Parts: sequence; C-alpha cells; structure tokens
Amino acid sequence: MGVGVDVRNKLAKRAAEEIQHGMLVNLGIGIPSLVPNHLPKEVTVMFHAENGITGMGPSPNKGEEDENLCNAGGFPVTLTTGGSYCDSAVAFAMIRRGRVDLTILGSLEVSAKGDLANWIVPGKKVPGMGGAMELAQKAEKVIVLMNHCDRKGKAKIVKECTLPLTSSSCVDLIITELGVFKVTAQGLVLTELFPPYDLSQVIDKTGCDFKVSEQIRKITY
Amino acid sequence: MRAMNNVFGKITTLENVLGFFHDGMTLMFGGFGGVGSPPTIIDGILEKGVRCLTLIGNDTGFPHIGIGKLVSQERAAKVIASHIGSNPFAGKMMHDGRLEVEFSPQGILAERIRAGGVGLPAILTDIGVDEKIVAKDKPIFSLNGKEYLVETALTAEVSIIYAKKADEYGNLIYDKSARNTNPLVAMAGEITIAEVEEIVPLGSLDPEEIITPGVFVDYVIPTKGVNWKWAWE
Repeated sequence: MGVGVDVRNKLAKRAAEEIQHGMLVNLGIGIPSLVPNHLPKEVTVMFHAENGITGMGPSPNKGEEDENLCNAGGFPVTLTTGGSYCDSAVAFAMIRRGRVDLTILGSLEVSAKGDLANWIVPGKKVPGMGGAMELAQKAEKVIVLMNHCDRKGKAKIVKECTLPLTSSSCVDLIITELGVFKVTAQGLVLTELFPPYDLSQVIDKTGCDFKVSEQIRKITY
Repeated sequence: MRAMNNVFGKITTLENVLGFFHDGMTLMFGGFGGVGSPPTIIDGILEKGVRCLTLIGNDTGFPHIGIGKLVSQERAAKVIASHIGSNPFAGKMMHDGRLEVEFSPQGILAERIRAGGVGLPAILTDIGVDEKIVAKDKPIFSLNGKEYLVETALTAEVSIIYAKKADEYGNLIYDKSARNTNPLVAMAGEITIAEVEEIVPLGSLDPEEIITPGVFVDYVIPTKGVNWKWAWE
C-alpha cells in the first residue's frame, strides 16, 4: 500500500528530528529525499552524495539545472555554501571511515535484530547494491523510513529477513506510517505511534514480537 | 600565454583513437548515471560496431544515456558494476543469460579500480564479508582476529573518461559531480583516453587545481558534447 503525500511528509518530519546540527547525512531516494524540507532553520548539516558531493543543496529552479551537478540518482541538485566535490573513492572513504553520522534509507524488510534487506529480490528485482551495503554497514546511525507493509499487505518488519541481507544488525531506528521502533540488543521497542493507529493495529501488521515503551509518544503532526 | 603546439603528441581526434577499440576487449569508463561519461567516444565505439565488450564502471547508465547506449545496443558480454537498475535492458539481458553481470559494492568497486590504477593487486575489506552473494568465490583473509574479503584490483585495456579541461600534457580538471569515478578510471587503463570540453596550452591550468596528473592520460580528444536527453529533462 503506497502512502500519500501528507503521510510521506509526516515520516520525513519525524526522521528530521534525528538530525543534529553539524552532522554529515546521506539520504536515500524516495521518502528520505523529503527530509531536508523539515529541518529547523537553526540546524545546519552537510548532505553527502555517493558520487562525490559534500554539502548537497536542494533541486535548482527549472531552467537552472546543471547537467554536471547531479545527485547519486542522476537528478540535478545544487551545492550549499562550504560544499565540495570529490571522487567516488573519497565519497566512500567518508562512509567506511565512519564520518557519515546518519543515513536514512528505504527497505524491503527489516528484522527484529536490525538486519536490513533492501537490495535484491532474487529472480525478480536485481538492480545491484549500489552504495547501500557500505552505508548500512558503516554509517554511524541507520534509520529506515518505509511503509509498514508491502503492496500485498505483508509485514515488512519481520523476525528474520527472507531476502538476502544488505547488512546484518545495522538498523537503529524504524519509522513507518504506524509508528517508530528502536532497535535494541533485546529486540524492537515501539516508542511512538502515529494516530489514528493504535497498538493493536501495529501488533496486527508487524511480523515479529516487540516491546512497548512505557511512555509511548503519540506524534501529533 | 603559450600557443598550443601539442608537444607531447597527446592531443588527437576521435578517428585516431578508434583503432584501440576491438571486439572482446576490456573497457573501463568514467561516469555515474551517465554524468561524466564521454559521449563522443561512446558514439565512436557504437558506430565502429565493436561487440562482446567487458565493461567496467559504476553503473550501466540509462538506456540512451552514457555507457547505457552500448549496453542497450547489445555490445557488452559482461559488466562489472555496482548498479544496473536505471537501465532495464541490462536487467533483461542478464535475466535472459545474454549478459554476465558482476556486482561489486559501489565504494569497493571504486577502490578496486583505484587499486588497479595505483599498482596494488587487491584490497582487503569487511564490506559484504557476511553476505553470501558478495563473498561468493572470494578468498577470506584473517588479520588481527578479523576476517576480510580479498577484492581483486581492476584494470582495463582502455579507460575512457570525461573532463572539463586538459592541457597538452593531459593534466585534467573536472566539472563538479561529473568528476565521480573519472580520476580513478583514468589511472586504471593500459591506455587512457580523455574526452574534454576544452583543451588549453601548457601552463594554463593552476598546478594546485589539477586533479589527474597528465602522466595517467595517453590521449586527449575534444568532445562534441552530450547528445542525449537527461532523465530529468
């Protein structure tokens, strides 16, 4: 089930709460790309792109695109003040060296242990991993932004991933249209709910057991 | 400023480099989603009718963009890349068994190319060491109690790259995010051909700003410019 524009922005807004001033942040395609629109003015961060941009800015106005200034998905972007270019090896040096503080990705499945599976559906969808493995394995914090269930209504948060993993035990936080889970050594903890959804609906649509935070936050935006 | 006099004989034309491209060769290319791939050389290879290429580069572009043209016109037998998702032809040919694809994580692919370019036989990495698809058939090396994959270096018979400016020695500067894999690919070719927007006399480039020393560049040809429509246009 796809989620509407308002819901996409809600998820992006919640993810933006995790971004702190001064961070280096890598955003995946889809809902994560909406996150910068929800950053408070006093928070200045550098956005990282795998093709070699540190300090990626928003899309240019129509007619002002530069074909040689694009994000990792091939779409025109701008450079913020203080931004820089580097080659792809240096862009990934930043990731493997742990300099990327936060990455926000979509996913096909996430397990109760924080395993991430987002790069391949064997025999069906085999696009290649791109930079997902390095980001998942090496970014200091990994947030998954995704629909709670797939198009057929099947849970995407599961006990064990059925798809090949991108990286094991790497996810820190899962944000869906139903709520927010923290991944802990003891498994998942539901910390927040997006009304109108309630706990019983989350239990119903989640493919594994989870704990519920004693002070559950109901997100009001 | 000095006049241009091609002291090193590197400045040439597309016609003069086409002889380097042949059936069954290994060809490495710069570019990321087609941005920073050399359009004029790619068209030259297409028109020459070269087939059964082994292509090495970040991705397979889009069907009508960058190296994607060679893939969608069935000129490749094998691709070593991190991503083929933006070129449905690549996925279909792989599925039909007509194209062999070796996937490498993006930054590891860049380092394998870099290793080839800097004279190292392989690199050690923990990226994908626990993931069957990535680790398949690769040696594992133990170091200080941890396990690493041995990822072999990549080189090619010819590397084709795209840059903003070259001088007569082949010193290069790039343009914004069109730099991407080009400086790495430049070092990894037995022969490296740079297609550039502008060719300038020796001494015209600020030595502090040169990204690729001309040592790694064998030939420089002028670009006719991008002749494809970008996905965002």
